[in-house]
Amino acid sequence: MSTIILYTVISLSATGIVAALILYFAAQKFKVYENPKIDEVEEELPAANCGGCGFAGCRAFAEALVKAEDLNDFYCPVGGNDTMQMVAKILGKEATLSDPRVAVLLCNGHCEARPKTNVYEGATSCAIASALYGGDTGCQYGCLSHGDCVDVCDFDALHMDTETGLPVVTDANCTACGACVEACPRDLFELRKRAKKDRKIYVACRNEDKGGIAKKNCAVACTGCTKCFKVCPYDAITMENNLAFIDSDKCKLCRKCVPECPTNAIIEIGFPPPKEKKVTETATDNANNKEEVLPGQSKTDQS
Amino acid sequence: MLKTFAKGGIHPPENKYSANQPIVSIVPPDTVTIPVTQHIGAPSKVIVNKGDAVKAGQVIAQSEGFISTNIHASVSGKVVKVDSIVDSSGYKRPAVFIKVEGDEWLEGIDTSDALNENISVSDEEIIPKILEAGIVGMGGATFPSHVKLSVPRGKNAEFLVINGVECEPYLTADHQLMMEKGKELITGIQILMRGLRVKNAYVGIENNKKDAIKHLTVLAANHQGIEIVPLQVKYPQGGEKQLIKAILNREVPSGGLPIDVGAVVFNVGTTFAVYEAIQKNKPLIERVLTVTGKSVTKKGNYKVRTGTPMKHVIDAAGGLPEDTGKVISGGPMMGKALNSLEVPVIKGTSGILIIPDEEAHRKPVQPCIRCTKCVQVCPMGLEPYLLQVLSEKSMLERAENEYIMDCIECGSCSYTCPSNRPLLDYIRLGKQQVGKLIRSRKQ
Amino acid sequence: MDKLLSVAPSPHLKSSTGVPGLMFGVVIAMMPVLVLSVIFYGLGAIVVTATAVASCVLFEAIIQKYVLRHKITVSDGSAVVTGILLAFNIPSDLPVFMIILGSLVSIGVGKLTFGGIGNNPFNPALVGRVFLLVSFPVDMTTYPNPTGLNASLAESYIDASSGATPLTLIKEGIKAGKPVSELMTQVPDYADLFFGDMGGSMGEIAGIAIVIGFLYMLVRKIITWHVPVVIVSTIFAFTGILWLINPEQNADPLFHILTGGVLLGAVYMATDYVTSPMTIKGQVIFAVGIAIITVVIRVYGAYPEGISFAILIMNAFVPLINRYVKPKRFGEQLSNG
Repeated sequence: MSTIILYTVISLSATGIVAALILYFAAQKFKVYENPKIDEVEEELPAANCGGCGFAGCRAFAEALVKAEDLNDFYCPVGGNDTMQMVAKILGKEATLSDPRVAVLLCNGHCEARPKTNVYEGATSCAIASALYGGDTGCQYGCLSHGDCVDVCDFDALHMDTETGLPVVTDANCTACGACVEACPRDLFELRKRAKKDRKIYVACRNEDKGGIAKKNCAVACTGCTKCFKVCPYDAITMENNLAFIDSDKCKLCRKCVPECPTNAIIEIGFPPPKEKKVTETATDNANNKEEVLPGQSKTDQS
Repeated sequence: MLKTFAKGGIHPPENKYSANQPIVSIVPPDTVTIPVTQHIGAPSKVIVNKGDAVKAGQVIAQSEGFISTNIHASVSGKVVKVDSIVDSSGYKRPAVFIKVEGDEWLEGIDTSDALNENISVSDEEIIPKILEAGIVGMGGATFPSHVKLSVPRGKNAEFLVINGVECEPYLTADHQLMMEKGKELITGIQILMRGLRVKNAYVGIENNKKDAIKHLTVLAANHQGIEIVPLQVKYPQGGEKQLIKAILNREVPSGGLPIDVGAVVFNVGTTFAVYEAIQKNKPLIERVLTVTGKSVTKKGNYKVRTGTPMKHVIDAAGGLPEDTGKVISGGPMMGKALNSLEVPVIKGTSGILIIPDEEAHRKPVQPCIRCTKCVQVCPMGLEPYLLQVLSEKSMLERAENEYIMDCIECGSCSYTCPSNRPLLDYIRLGKQQVGKLIRSRKQ
Repeated sequence: MDKLLSVAPSPHLKSSTGVPGLMFGVVIAMMPVLVLSVIFYGLGAIVVTATAVASCVLFEAIIQKYVLRHKITVSDGSAVVTGILLAFNIPSDLPVFMIILGSLVSIGVGKLTFGGIGNNPFNPALVGRVFLLVSFPVDMTTYPNPTGLNASLAESYIDASSGATPLTLIKEGIKAGKPVSELMTQVPDYADLFFGDMGGSMGEIAGIAIVIGFLYMLVRKIITWHVPVVIVSTIFAFTGILWLINPEQNADPLFHILTGGVLLGAVYMATDYVTSPMTIKGQVIFAVGIAIITVVIRVYGAYPEGISFAILIMNAFVPLINRYVKPKRFGEQLSNG
C-alpha cells in the first residue's frame, strides 16, 4: 500500500516539475514586450469599455494613447478632463481639454402631440423599424420609441418614459460616451455642452418637412418659422432644412428665443420658474405668445 | 418527379383566389403621382416642370447613370407639382404629380391589342430600346432590364430563363398574363434571346398552373429553343438562384450573379413589357397586378397605370373591406406592408394583398427551442437562428463569416419558426450593417 | 376606416405550428409507450407518471413565479414532456418522494438554472434520472417484475417483487465468467424483448411502442429520422463487430438494441430539440458519439446501461458541434474555386 502512495507522490511531483519547466520556458520564449506605460495609462481610465473614445475598450485606447505623438485627437468622454490630464502627466504630453457634454434628445413628439397613423408590429428595434418605413406617425424624422438608445447605454443614463414614449436622459449619469448617438437610426441625440446646473435650451425637433406638413403631423414640430433665429442676440441659432438649431457653444442661455417659438419646439430645462416680470416683458414684444404649455414641455430640473 | 431546387423551401397555403380572373383595365384616377425612384439604382432626373402638359408615354424623368432608367408619364394631363410623397419604401421621396386630362398618347405608340409577331428591329437596337422604354424587373426586384441584358465582358450568357413560377401565395397576375398573352410572351422571349444572343430559353412554371404550362407548351412548339419546364410547387422557387438550380441544376456561386453560371432570368411580366416596348413602341407605364385577399369583393387581375394610388385600385376592386388589418404591396412572403393607401403603384408592384385583421398580427415571441426548422427550410443553406442572434448582438464580423450576405430574404425561416421569432427582421438588419462594414472596408 | 393599419417587415404569413403544438405532438408520440407500460406494470406506472408530470409542471410554475419572478411558461408543454420522460426513465415502483426530488432536479437544476426552455445544455429529464441513479443506486437499479394490469396498487407499486434487467443479468454473468450462450437462456426471447415483457425502467421495455411513436413523430415532421436511425445502426454495427470477434464474451447486436434504454433514448431523448445539434451533419456526429459511448459503457464500464450518460456527455459537445459543423451552403463549392 505504501508503495502505491509513494509512486503516486513521485509521479505527480515529477509531472508538476516538468510542466512548470515547460511553462517557464514557454513564457520566456514567447514573451511579448509591452510598454509598461500602457498598464499605467489603463489604470487611470474609467474601465467602462464603452467605446466612447472611438476605440474598442479602455485597453485599446491606452495602447493608442501611448503610441500617439500628441493627444490632440484623443479624448475620454467618460473620464473627462481630469482623466485626460492624469494620462497626459504619465505620458509627459499635453492633453486637449474639452467642455463636458451631455446627451440631449432632439425630439419632443410625445404621444399626444404626434398621433399614430399605423401600428408597428415588427421586432422591437428602432433600427429595424427605421429600415422598414417612416415610422408609426406622420413624422419620418422623429423618435421611434423602441429604445435602441436605452439598450446601448452602459451608464444607466437613459430610460423610456412610457407615457410620452420618448427616452429620458438622466443628466447626472450621462458621460457623453456617444453610444446613443451611434445607436439612434434617426440621429436624434446630440452631445451638447453641459451648462451650469445642467441648464439647457434646445430645439427638440429634427423634422425637415415644410412648416405646415411638419405641424400637421406633430404639434410640437419646428416649422422653420425663423422667429427664434431673428431674436437671438448671440448668433447661436442657425436655420437649415426648415429647422432651427441652437449651437450650445454659442448659446448664452438668455432664453429670449423660448417664448418666440409658436409651436413650443424650443425646450428649456433646469431654469427656475419664470418670474412674473420677465414674462410680461417678453409678452409686449410678442403679440401671440398665448400658447398653452403642453405636457412634457415645461420640464424643470430633472436631477 | 418534377424538377425543383434541392435545398430547403416551404409550401405555404396557396390561396390563389383570383386565378383565371380575366385582366381588367382600371380607369386612371384624377391625379397620378409618379415616383422618380421606381427601380434599384440612381433616381432618375426630373425633366418636366410645373404646368407642363404631358402625354402618356412621354419621358418625365431621365436615366441618371448606367444602373438607372427612364420614367414616363402614364397618363396625359398637366404637371401639377414635383413634390415628395410616401412611396412603398415607407419614406417620402420625390414624385411627379400629374392631373389627368383625357387619354392622349405620344405619337408612334401602338395602343391597339393587335398581335405583332414580326420582329423587325436589329439585335443591336434591342438594349437601347429597352432602356428607352424604362423597363425594370417586374417581379418586385425592379432591377433595370437593360443592365441585365448587357452581359459584362468575360462573361458568357448561355441560357435565357423566364420566370413564370409565381411562387408567392395569393398572386395570380403572371399566371393570367401567360394565359391571355401567350403569343406576345413567346415573341418577347424571342426578342430577349436575340438581345442576349442565346439559342435556348426555358420557361419555368410551377405545377399549380397546369393550364398555363399546357397553353405555353403548345405555343412554344413552333419555336426552336424555347422549352416550357413544369416545376414542383415550392417557395421560394421564384428566386433567381433557386429557379436556375431547379431548371439548369447549376448553382450560382456565393456572392455571384446568375450570369456567372451563364444564365439570365426575366420575369414573364418583364417579358411582356419587352414585347410591348419593341413591337408596339410602348414604354412601361402600366402593368398587370393582382388585387386579392380573403374579404376583397372583386378579387382579380387588373391592368393599372403606374402612379395610380393604391386606394384607387382597391376601390376599383370593391373597396377596402371592413375587417382590413394590413395592406401589402406585393405577395405575402416578400411584399411590403403599407402605412398609407396613397402610396402609388409603381413598375414593381406585383399585387395588392389585403389581409383581414384576425390574420394580420404577429404572435408573441417565445425563446428559441433550437428545433432546427429554420435551418431545414433555408434555401441558401444558412443557419437563420444563429444569424438572428449575431445580428441582434451586432456581432457583425462573425455574421459575415456565417455568410449572412447570402441570405435572399425569402422569409422561409420566419414563416416556419414555431417560437414566432422575428428571424428575418434581424437578419435583414444584420445584412445592412454588414454591407456597410464591407463598403467601409473597401474605401 | 378608423382602425389603423398594422405594419411589419415581411413575411406576412406564418405557419400554424407553434411550440405547444410540437410539444403536444411529442406527448402523443409517447402515449403508446405509456399504454404498454401500464399494461405491464399496472397502476404503479400511472402513479409514477402522474407524480412526475405534476411535480415537473408545478416546480416550473413555482420557481418561475417566486424565485425567478419571470413569466410562467408551463403552457408551452415542455415541462409535461420532461415529466413523462423522467417517468419513463425510472422504475415503476420508485417511492413518490424520490420522483418529486428527481423532478425538482430536472426542472430546477437541469432547465431553469440555465435560463429555461431553449437554453439548457443537458436534457433535463436525464439530469434528473442521473441524479436519482447516483443518489439512490439500489432503488434505481432494481426493477419490479411486470405484474400486469389486474394487479392491485399494493402489488404493482408498494411491494412489487423485483428482479434484474436482462442487461444486468448478462453483465453480472460475464463478470462471473459464464459464457454468453448459457446466460442467454435466462433472458426473455427477442419477441418478448420487443413487445415489452422484461424488467426495466417504465419506458424502455416496449420496443414496439417506441417504434410506433417514432413513426408518428416522423409523419408529423416533429423530428427527422437521422438521430434515432444513426444511433441504433451504429450500436448494431459496433456490438456486431464485438460479437463476431468473440460471441462467448459479448452479447449479440440485436440483444443490445432491444434491451435497456437504447430505443427510448434514441427516439425520445437524443432527439430533444434543445440539446441536440442544429444541422443534420452535426446530428449524425452527435448520434454516432452517443452510440459509441453507450457501447463502451455497457461492455467495458461499471454500469450495465450507459445511454443516459452517453446522451449527457454528447449534450456537452453540442455547442462545439454547432460551432464547427455547418450546413452545406447554396453555391458554396464554386465560391472557393
